[in-house]
Amino acid sequence: MEYDFIVAGGGLVGSAIAYGLARQKHRVAVLDGGDRSFRASRGNFGLVWVQGKGADFAPYAQWTGLAAGLWPRFVEELETETGVVIDYQRSGGMHFCLNGAEWDERVQEMEKVRQHTNGSFTYEMLNHAQLKKQIPQISRAVVGASYSPLDGHVNPLYLLQALQQGMDYHKVHYFPGQSIDRIETQQGGFLVHSTQGTLSAEKIVICAGLDNRRLGEMLGMDIPVIVDRGQIMITERMQPFLNLPTLHVRQTAEGTVQIGYSHEDAGLDDGTSPSVLKTLAGRAVSMFPLLARVNLVRAWGALRVMTPDHNPIYQQSASCPGAFAVTCHSGVTLAAMHAGPVAGWIAGSSELDLVNQFSTDRFNVSPA
Amino acid sequence: MFRLLEDSATDTVTVRIEDREYDVPAGISVAAAVLLCAVNKLRNTPVSGSPRLPYCMMGICFDCLVSIDGVPNRQACQVEVAQNMTIEYQQGAAELQQRE
Amino acid sequence: MKSHYELLVVGAGPAGLAASADAARLGIDVALVDEQKAPGGQIYRNASESADRAQVYLGKDYLRGKRLVDEFLQSRATYINNASVWYLDDRLETGILVDGASHFISADRLLLASGAQERPMPLPGWQLPGVMTAGAGQILLKSAAMVPTGRLVLAGGGPLLLLIAWQYLQAGVEIEAIIDTTPGAGLLATLPRLARALPALDYLLKGLSFILAIKKAGVPVYKAIDTLRAEGRESIESVSFSTVRGKRRVEVSIETDTLLLHQGVIANIRLPLAAGCEVEWDAQQQGWKVIRDIWGQSSANQVFVAGDCAGIVGARAGELQGRLGALEIAYQLHRIDLRQRNRAAQGIQKSLKRHLSIRPLLDALYAPSKAYQLPHDETLVCRCEEVYAGQIRQAIRMGCIGPNQVKAFTRCGMGPCQGCLCGSTVAALVADETGATMEQVGYFRVRPPFKPITLGELADT
Repeated sequence: MEYDFIVAGGGLVGSAIAYGLARQKHRVAVLDGGDRSFRASRGNFGLVWVQGKGADFAPYAQWTGLAAGLWPRFVEELETETGVVIDYQRSGGMHFCLNGAEWDERVQEMEKVRQHTNGSFTYEMLNHAQLKKQIPQISRAVVGASYSPLDGHVNPLYLLQALQQGMDYHKVHYFPGQSIDRIETQQGGFLVHSTQGTLSAEKIVICAGLDNRRLGEMLGMDIPVIVDRGQIMITERMQPFLNLPTLHVRQTAEGTVQIGYSHEDAGLDDGTSPSVLKTLAGRAVSMFPLLARVNLVRAWGALRVMTPDHNPIYQQSASCPGAFAVTCHSGVTLAAMHAGPVAGWIAGSSELDLVNQFSTDRFNVSPA
Repeated sequence: MFRLLEDSATDTVTVRIEDREYDVPAGISVAAAVLLCAVNKLRNTPVSGSPRLPYCMMGICFDCLVSIDGVPNRQACQVEVAQNMTIEYQQGAAELQQRE
Repeated sequence: MKSHYELLVVGAGPAGLAASADAARLGIDVALVDEQKAPGGQIYRNASESADRAQVYLGKDYLRGKRLVDEFLQSRATYINNASVWYLDDRLETGILVDGASHFISADRLLLASGAQERPMPLPGWQLPGVMTAGAGQILLKSAAMVPTGRLVLAGGGPLLLLIAWQYLQAGVEIEAIIDTTPGAGLLATLPRLARALPALDYLLKGLSFILAIKKAGVPVYKAIDTLRAEGRESIESVSFSTVRGKRRVEVSIETDTLLLHQGVIANIRLPLAAGCEVEWDAQQQGWKVIRDIWGQSSANQVFVAGDCAGIVGARAGELQGRLGALEIAYQLHRIDLRQRNRAAQGIQKSLKRHLSIRPLLDALYAPSKAYQLPHDETLVCRCEEVYAGQIRQAIRMGCIGPNQVKAFTRCGMGPCQGCLCGSTVAALVADETGATMEQVGYFRVRPPFKPITLGELADT
């Protein structure tokens, strides 16, 4: 076998796992898509986000908490190895509530996450006056916010670039512009037929986003992938005014203001729509009235890779041992987890009990 | 930098560029006025701080971004001068706080 | 302004004006949107007002613009000026910003005539104050009767550079030097094209008259240029390059207050791309063009293109393409029958053929130099985000096989100009580094807004 691992997919998920595997001295090849492939990694909002995640699925709350905890160390190692500064800040983060009902709902969600994590998740609810002290530009329309000191943000494109440099540093063979036609299992490994030709490896990890359903079938796995379009906008650069990220508005290290987010079923159309852009702009302006006079620079759509219950999938194939699938939409937050413990689990070098909670078995439970 | 070709007595308007007033022909763009008044820059870029003046004059390069009547980041080549208009240089990125 | 028209035309240059006037005459409910105050586009900018001046130094071609503008203004077409198209997608939702208010207009047919832009000419120091495009110089001349003071140098190549040199000389402006960067196809290579261009003899004679005027005025013209650069601290102070003198290559430096650059024009394909039109690479023109039939219908449903936005054809041919588009649209909307369409098209087609016959020769004569499409590592490529050619090459070597990945890794093309000033360079660098064709490399994915809009204006749409 030419490689220990072939990773199918060079987005945030595939790159983090390949980087993690290569750091453990495995021989790794990454097959990545082309310039026009659907790339959730290029539509990312850049949050390293804990609050509210896994309110309805305790393992995900715990998983996210672990990931966020690993981030500071992960960034330090990644930046040291690659020299790429990825603008990571664990500044804490906020979620704004625009009315009493939203506030009440938020309190419940936060409380659930706290219980799921045995109290390791910490948060505060801030009323308008408390919020105004921290963010003077906030509108009166915002009644309050949930705040968690565990949240942070990063430049997701620099993260992707750093992971790619990191792969290079650890001698990963990177093949861009690939589409995988066929995967064969054979004694002691896999043969992957792609644009490049044929590559062989002992193990294969599919991190191909929306393509995981198709690739999963080749490896005896049923990976339920759901397309969910999100639209994001970004403004011209402004002087710093917001020193921590919020779920809908965040100011990047460059000074641009990123505005999200939306959920739509638009099939495989990763374009934009005027009505959603209008809604996003309206909400941002209702939160920060001064943004009304700021110019929009870009708006784009990207396709999130969702699962039926919105929680990640980590699966080893029962019929093709050595074949793994990873499907998730939180490629940034979970990057630290993927480059560390998940890479270890895939390589078989470390135990990771919690990962079993994320197998596709959970979708096959017949209704009682 | 630039001069008017004809001294034909066209209507003029008075604009303020930074702290000086200038009479310029009515109907020309702010970018043209700036070039006519021989100021040496419109802005310093938010990235490196390097000075810039209008480049394409047709609205595509965004090098002529300037603050006009208190509104930052306007394309000087796309805005016509008006009586008592105030034009101010931009140092890097604009402030979110704006005068009304 | 209504929320629906039978035909929406974007751009009030020759193609858009002719298409709108003809469509209106054929009984179509047509609206023309344009971002300028007055009709004319870039080529006939301000044509209705500066006609007097035109006689003296703008040249008689410019007068044609006034006739076209008058024809349009006298038609029943709705004219929406000072209006920018900030949004367009493949469902043909067209967002227009007028006086700080955004409106959406739908139409049965869309005709894009959004024109051309100058091909970016990245060279060291091109971002310095005092360096502008030749087109910018011309806009100042046409719209404000302004000419450079101090020492003026023109650099690059192409008909527009000759034209503005001639116009400046007519207006009594001194030119310090012209730096001709065209590689020069050589007489042998151009001969066959010369023969094909004979029907458009007037173009050739006009070009020749410009060259003679420049010669007569004694303007030094430098050729065989290498390492052209603009130098200065806070603004341009000099332009330097090497050239061949006798058999030796010598360094020349000319003190300069204004440097105007030009290396041809390229189609502004952003709106066609946004509407879903397929494009192809034209190796002869070194630019993209929109795939279209003889009437200007693109691959996108209900979308027509006319004039330079679909591939460089020049003002006169653009006008004729606009007229053909109007005919086909009138036919599709049942205003005329097939015979009427074909009859009316006959003369236009013939004339169009004549005006297009000059193109291959012009493209060959004024092919842009590789040096300013594949700049040295130390040259700024993205003026907005300040990304240098070296950084782009590094990203490509890391595995970026297309402009969108280069953009994601370097921020090149992410600034307010949305890649207008770097897109062609990035694609050329990717093609050069990877050995792929331009067609394989492709272009930046276009995303709205296509013109500035504030979040407040968007929220109030």
